[in-house]
Amino acid sequence: MRGLDISLYVVRRLAQAVPLIFVVILLNFFLIHAAPGDPIDFLVGSMDASPEYIEDLRREFGLDQPLGTQLWAYLTRMAHFDLGYSLRYRQSVLDLILSRMPATLLLMVTALVASSAVGILLGVIAAQRPYSATDQTSTFLALAGYSMPVFWLGQLVLIVFSLHLGWFPTQGMYSLRAPAEGWGRIVDVLHHLALPAFTYSLYHLALIFRLTRIKMQETLSLDFIVTARAKGASEGRVVYGHALRNAILPVVTVIGMNFGFMLAGSVLTETVFAWPGMGRLLYEAIQARDYPVLMGLFTVLSLMVIAANVVTDLIYAVIDPRVVYR
Amino acid sequence: MAEPLLSVENLVTHIFTDHGVVKAVDGVSLTIAPGEAVALVGESGSGKSMTAQSLMRLPRPPARILSGSVRFEGRDLLTLSEREMRAIRGGRMGMIFQDPSTYLNPLMRVGDQIAEAVMLHRKMRRAAARAEALEAMRLVRIPAPETVMDYYPHQLSGGMRQRILIAMVVTSRPSLMIADEPTTALDVTVQAQIMRLLAGLRTELGSALLLITHDLGLVAEFCDRVYVMYGGRIVETGTAEDIFYAPRHPYTRALMRSTLGPERRVERFEAIEGNPPNLARLPPGCSFNPRCPERLARCAHDAPPLFASASGVASRCWLAEGGSDERAA
Repeated sequence: MRGLDISLYVVRRLAQAVPLIFVVILLNFFLIHAAPGDPIDFLVGSMDASPEYIEDLRREFGLDQPLGTQLWAYLTRMAHFDLGYSLRYRQSVLDLILSRMPATLLLMVTALVASSAVGILLGVIAAQRPYSATDQTSTFLALAGYSMPVFWLGQLVLIVFSLHLGWFPTQGMYSLRAPAEGWGRIVDVLHHLALPAFTYSLYHLALIFRLTRIKMQETLSLDFIVTARAKGASEGRVVYGHALRNAILPVVTVIGMNFGFMLAGSVLTETVFAWPGMGRLLYEAIQARDYPVLMGLFTVLSLMVIAANVVTDLIYAVIDPRVVYR
Repeated sequence: MAEPLLSVENLVTHIFTDHGVVKAVDGVSLTIAPGEAVALVGESGSGKSMTAQSLMRLPRPPARILSGSVRFEGRDLLTLSEREMRAIRGGRMGMIFQDPSTYLNPLMRVGDQIAEAVMLHRKMRRAAARAEALEAMRLVRIPAPETVMDYYPHQLSGGMRQRILIAMVVTSRPSLMIADEPTTALDVTVQAQIMRLLAGLRTELGSALLLITHDLGLVAEFCDRVYVMYGGRIVETGTAEDIFYAPRHPYTRALMRSTLGPERRVERFEAIEGNPPNLARLPPGCSFNPRCPERLARCAHDAPPLFASASGVASRCWLAEGGSDERAA
């Protein structure tokens, strides 16, 4: 019965995402049109183009049409997954974004998984001994961790671990001399991944640590914990078997929400470490006023955030039996 | 009396808060014979629950058991290692709590919560433990236990949840069941069912019962002996009959008058004046003296000891000094 409830819930939750996606696409369109600057200006640059040539270009890109017509054309193309053509890269926008997506996903998922796991573990340990030295130290470090801006922290770790100590490469995702496949390749990528993933995850780690610690403390003071102790459960069983799952519910929501913030944060991290992902592409596209790429990125990033929210809701529904499937 | 099952001597449990030391349990002594039903009665905040939890060594910081002894089945529980104590908790001694809606893990199926209690005390596979759980659910008369087993707590009524908590306790056939206000959070009709169930289980399993309550009606119906607690101390003790028909401590008398019974009319109902004492700042002398209608001059500075009388009632009151009972009429 519950199985059927869950499948219906999944279908409904996905259906709810559809109008949201439509609104996002509309919003992206108007946002770009409200922004100052014109791609033609960038294409033409400082060269002395005749007004006729500029008119030709505008016609070619449909920029001379009324807004309604442009919007309709845009929506039609979106319906066919046609995100347009990059003026700068001379390449289909969809192909361009898809080629950059794996690098971003690798960095994000590594950072998100590692920081969530470490943050939760530290939070649980700190919660068991409130106000102990371990608790106080980790709380102070966490506060420091999420007060440091990513671009500053990134440059700091680069200076220390790459330039001074020489332990890690300074930029990019692979070195040219490393083998192109097999274990050598994997080790090489992981070696490049370490610093950006660390920088990227520190804020998230600090947040998850603090949230887990407080939620765990709250949960450990609840009545059913007394029941667990009264039936003879060991401290480990009480903490990991009873309290953790209850304490983790709000943490799961925050991890899901942070997916979106992390996508936004990828612009800074990827730029500092020259990581060839979507964040760096976004930065480059802004510099170049590459409108099709920008619009494409906004759309794809929005879709990823919506997808992450749906997945978060579903995970929540699976671990909390009290969620009502409406 | 034969060798008691449980014998508590001078138990002291204090809570160390920022606002001072709360003397929740301040030198409590009590005994329970095998199979006996004993009540621990008092207002909220009198230290009853903390006494019960101390018997199982459950208090955690900021609360701490400071001194005393808890002899249970021939061993002093306060000297056992944590591991030995875990075998007692939910093993020979089981505890049932007040509000079954908060004392069950909301994310765990109730059958699994009972099976966990089984597995914590006997080496057993999950399937076998679930069979035991099913058996315990039948014992506490849960209808359709095979189905209910896979429910989560929020899908059950208050009475059913309390039965689940009781089932958890009976899996190990304890020699002592401690029930901390087991019916307070339930509807009146369900209260009676749960109490009858507990009484039935007591005879069926031969367990002793320590019933913690403020409901004197329950005490009269289900208990052999009574301890009355006030301000962290036992102020009067005796058989249920003595306590009901010849209470000597003014607090017990006041408690009786404040209870509505079938022969009592609402207009004769009397509340006890004043508030229960703040356990962090107990008055000097007898802790009941500020509220006592029969206060003597010495009560404000001399704390009375427990005076035993020939009938077996013991009262912590100067009026009971010398075993004389001139006020009882």
